[in-house]
Amino acid sequence: MSTKAKARPATAPVVFTANRLRDGRVVWLGTAGLWRDAITETVPFAPEAAETGLALARQGERDQHVVGVYAVEVDLAGPTPLKFRERLRVQGPSVAAEAA
Amino acid sequence: MNALTYPPHARTYRYDEIDREFLQERIAEFRGQIERRLAGELTEDEFKPLRLMNGLYLQLHAYMLRVAIPYGLLNSAQLRQLGRIARRWDRGFGHFTTRQNIQFNWTKLEDVPAMLEALAEVDMHAIQTSGNCIRNTTTDEYAGATPDEVVDPRVYAEILRQWSTLHPEFTWLPRKFKIAITGSPNDRVAAQVHDVGVLAKRNERGEVGFEIHAGGGLGRTPIIARKLRDWVPEAEFLAYMEAVLRVYNALGQRENIYKARIKILVRDLGDEFTQMVEREYERMPRDRYRLDPEIVAAIGAHFAPPPFASLEDQALHADPEFRQWASASVRAHRQPGYASVTISLKPIGGIPGDASADQMEAVADLAERHSFGEIRVTHVQNLVLPHVRQEDLYALWGGLRAAGLATPNIGLISDIIACPGMDYCALATARSIPIAQRISERFASLDRQHDIGECFINISGCINACGHHHVAHIGILGVDKRGEEVYQVTLGGSATNDAAIGELIGPAFSYDTIVDAVETLITTYIAHRVPGERFIDTYRRVGVTPFKDALYAPA
Ligand code: SF4
Repeated sequence: MSTKAKARPATAPVVFTANRLRDGRVVWLGTAGLWRDAITETVPFAPEAAETGLALARQGERDQHVVGVYAVEVDLAGPTPLKFRERLRVQGPSVAAEAA
Repeated sequence: MNALTYPPHARTYRYDEIDREFLQERIAEFRGQIERRLAGELTEDEFKPLRLMNGLYLQLHAYMLRVAIPYGLLNSAQLRQLGRIARRWDRGFGHFTTRQNIQFNWTKLEDVPAMLEALAEVDMHAIQTSGNCIRNTTTDEYAGATPDEVVDPRVYAEILRQWSTLHPEFTWLPRKFKIAITGSPNDRVAAQVHDVGVLAKRNERGEVGFEIHAGGGLGRTPIIARKLRDWVPEAEFLAYMEAVLRVYNALGQRENIYKARIKILVRDLGDEFTQMVEREYERMPRDRYRLDPEIVAAIGAHFAPPPFASLEDQALHADPEFRQWASASVRAHRQPGYASVTISLKPIGGIPGDASADQMEAVADLAERHSFGEIRVTHVQNLVLPHVRQEDLYALWGGLRAAGLATPNIGLISDIIACPGMDYCALATARSIPIAQRISERFASLDRQHDIGECFINISGCINACGHHHVAHIGILGVDKRGEEVYQVTLGGSATNDAAIGELIGPAFSYDTIVDAVETLITTYIAHRVPGERFIDTYRRVGVTPFKDALYAPA
């Protein structure tokens, strides 16, 4: 999968997200290379350590646990993604009828 | 095997044993591939093309399964089964798309084989709903019912389906390929913005032939199609279509995804494209492609008129609320005493095109009771019961109301097309659905909607334009501006006989101000309209300036 963070070096702390292979649900890279459901359980990497984080995240792809790994720049409070798209990934669809 | 009983008179194409065996083989094959993927034996790079061939996408929050609804036709057993799938394997909803298909947004990879089995029980599948192949042909939702129909397009849509399904030469086209066909002089299928748009018609001798347009499309480069031929005789239909596809397949620009659609080729080559198709057509072994009248008749038998009763036209029930609904939703039928009913999937504040499992089942029941068990999906993301007795309309309305499906807004400003946008789609640059929800809430008053009259608002969440924003009276395109959503507005588009691409009116609006912008456009129209004018008429008469001035005037 393409990663936007790879194309442009991170300038803010990053966390890693992917979709879980089995059910496609959004997951976040936590401690010990484990993939977690909640962004609050993720481990942020400093911008200069983003490459190290990416290598760890890719292991999840090689182990066939997750699909489509990429880095997400965050504000450490939360952490909260800087971009709207990933904030939606955290929240789920913003539309009421199907939110479950 | 078909475990469910079909309504006897629903005119959907019935699979034969060969079709069913083929489907079972495909499911078994994909089941094996999924098992190997889950066991880690296939990588995502290896698996992705396989899942896409089976209609399975990976979206923002989950996998999405796109199920083909051939030319938008369903029978009640099929719709009921879609409801069951929504309840069992999704979150209780399905989303009807502008391609007359349905998508399940919360699919789990491990559930897919069971979902495909459930679909196969009712002769449905998800094959060819993705990838660079010929996709589901779309057609007129009032086919076989509308008084203005000259030729029944379902027959030829089914012929196109059989011809294009697994066509060995056209499995790897330069890009996806979408065909729309209508058999009425009034275009309800947006024929001129499809890769190929077909108008089936008759000559003075009553013979069937086809007017062929090619190279239309929306997306990054919206283009109105070019007419290639005014008349292709019925027997030569597939030969001519094959010639169009061959020229495209040979010359389409595979190396550049933005230039790979047929519209770019047709635009660049102009008349030369037409000539190349003609030359290809001339040298084709016509006999091999000749459409045998017996085959046409055999397929036509699947779409024979249902056993209509001999009835007289009737006056509508006097209930004013019912009449308001009927004025928007009920349409004339070719058979005296009958009508077609459009069911709005656009409740105020709702998600355009979404139906709950309960609603799908309710519509299936109502279709059985009132419309020979037949349902159509429209490219505007609504449903149609094609053949309803006028004497049953009041009872049908009662049933629809009980299911929350009687919003009387068909063709009005809250009958909005919206793609899934960033709430679901991995390609999106902005959300579409909440914009549609907020616009419909702003214009919730039915009296106001009726006063505004026909007005089409279409919203896309990225330049791919699945929400057909270019051909809306008011088109809204969500784009990303430094990580935030903003919305561009186009005016004056049309998807009917007078097809036109809307004009970009000026700088984009924020998520918070876009609904006010729409309101300003509407008040400007109301201030300028003369009696009898729709939004689009006023826009065409007065031009863009008053709208621009109203939107961008300094406060
Ligand atoms: S227009 Fe864009 S955002 Fe909307 S469904 Fe199509 S690809 Fe997704």
